[in-house]
Amino acid sequence: MVLDFFRKQKYITVQPESENRDIPEGIWVKCSRCSEILFNKELDHNHKVCLKCGYHFRVPAHERMEMTLDEGSFREMDAGMLPVNPLNLPDYGDKLDSAVKKTGLKEAVVTGEGSIGGYPVVMVVMDARYMMGSMGTVVGEKITRAIEAAAAGCKPLLIFSASGGARMQEGILSLMQMAKTVAALTRLEEAGQLYISVLTDPTTGGVSASFAALGDIIIAEPGALIGFAGQRVIEQTIRQKLPEGFQRAEFLKQHGFVDMVVPRPQLRAVLTGLLDLHLREEI
Amino acid sequence: MQAILEFEKPIEELEVKIAELRNFATEKGIDLTNEIAILENRAREVKESIYSNLNSWQKVLIARHPERPNVYDYIKHLFTQFYELFGDRLYGDDPSVVGGIARFRGRAVTVLGHLKGKDTKENLARNFGMAHPEGYRKAMRLMKQAEKFKRPLICFIDTPGAYPGMGAEERGQSEAIARSILTMASLRTPIIAVIIGEGGSGGALAFGVGDRVLMLEHTIYSVISPEGYASILWKDASRNKEAAETFGITAQDVLKLGVVDRIVPEPVGGAHRDPEATAKSLGQAISESLDELLSTDPEILIESRYNKFRAMGQAYLV
Repeated sequence: MVLDFFRKQKYITVQPESENRDIPEGIWVKCSRCSEILFNKELDHNHKVCLKCGYHFRVPAHERMEMTLDEGSFREMDAGMLPVNPLNLPDYGDKLDSAVKKTGLKEAVVTGEGSIGGYPVVMVVMDARYMMGSMGTVVGEKITRAIEAAAAGCKPLLIFSASGGARMQEGILSLMQMAKTVAALTRLEEAGQLYISVLTDPTTGGVSASFAALGDIIIAEPGALIGFAGQRVIEQTIRQKLPEGFQRAEFLKQHGFVDMVVPRPQLRAVLTGLLDLHLREEI
Repeated sequence: MQAILEFEKPIEELEVKIAELRNFATEKGIDLTNEIAILENRAREVKESIYSNLNSWQKVLIARHPERPNVYDYIKHLFTQFYELFGDRLYGDDPSVVGGIARFRGRAVTVLGHLKGKDTKENLARNFGMAHPEGYRKAMRLMKQAEKFKRPLICFIDTPGAYPGMGAEERGQSEAIARSILTMASLRTPIIAVIIGEGGSGGALAFGVGDRVLMLEHTIYSVISPEGYASILWKDASRNKEAAETFGITAQDVLKLGVVDRIVPEPVGGAHRDPEATAKSLGQAISESLDELLSTDPEILIESRYNKFRAMGQAYLV
């Protein structure tokens, strides 16, 4: 039959796109939530928030600095601190190397000083692209130094968390970074200095259970995953599916653990307003 | 009857033989003192040889031994006038955390600890020593109370970790753990923390910010369980034994990393074979640490505590 000639004989299988939340270099990008194809420049202009569904893409540390701080105000601290391998694990070195290559960062956090709306701040930004922003010895040390700098220099502290928790490859020393960073916050408390904790996707495990939970003001980005235990572990324990929205920013606010959920395009204005209230007297 | 670990079987076999011989001797009225003495000697040697060559996984098993003395055992052996106090004044009381006031060698102290059960029924009641937010908040209340009445705080750590459940997340276990760490970091009274079994993750650290942190000889302290390591890093939970060796979780490893101050020896054969002797050894160590801390000015105490945790991992920085 002549019609057979037109009948499609072979089907190709289109692999479903893996859930890759990093934005590839290129002109176009697909929203990981609504699958809308977005023009990269427009997305950047909208602070990496999907123009259609409002999905907040994850933001690399230096971009976060740029979109939050006054232009040209950022001065990085401890930029040269290198990753370490205290347990001498054979494959950890390679993991670190590939994280460094992938991100151009030496470790999973960038710290420094800058200003927002003219108000000087100490700024800490974690980067989830680097081994899921996990906190090991160096991350803990850099954050502690930033907290101490804020206390000593009488500057407000802003920490943008993005972390899966403690870095397992550095063992018990990673757990101790929770104690170290939290202890440093007592210095800030004594200095009467403001600490704003901004929880971005994801803030879980040992980071959620240390400095991230202790801001004077806690802001979360819409839809960010925030919690201590991993969702898979909880589901295995309770033997049921978790409800929609469990451990998301809005859920945390509803349960009283977050002051506000602020969409990223408004975040800088909110931070400026809060800093203004803490740093400027009108009478 | 004691739960016997696989590697303890040679000891167990000898002990059974000794018991049989004893029974036989009494029944028949025969003097077997020499034979029994020989076997007892042999049992001691075997025990010593096994217990001086434990690998990390065997230590995990001892740390988790169902009959390992728990916080109530140490309270019974080490303290008098114990009054247990309950509730967080916010939501409820967490049965997996025990707290109260007691007397330790004449001095009033505040006692805190995770509580694991010794059988299934007890473990279900105590949630296997895995605290909910209420547990940490009860603990914080008692910490502040200790500070108010200038009582030293003694914490017994024994938990697989925080409880991965829905309620625990809804009621903010992240915040509870973080604030417990913060409370300890600034508490104006001496703190001694002792790991008596499993020191699992954030749930353990929530009671672990001490001026002195001690570990019993066969205990573990880790950022995640060996099973967690194996399943997350190697995608294979059955490699837990290998994970125990790799990630430095035994008291001896943790001491080397500079995370704890001192290892408290257990009797040969482990704490579960002789809780009383273990308590005696631990009491001595607590007493020594307490004497040092009580002679320290509170300001200096907090400053040294800060420096102690500030230094964690610094030796490895490049």
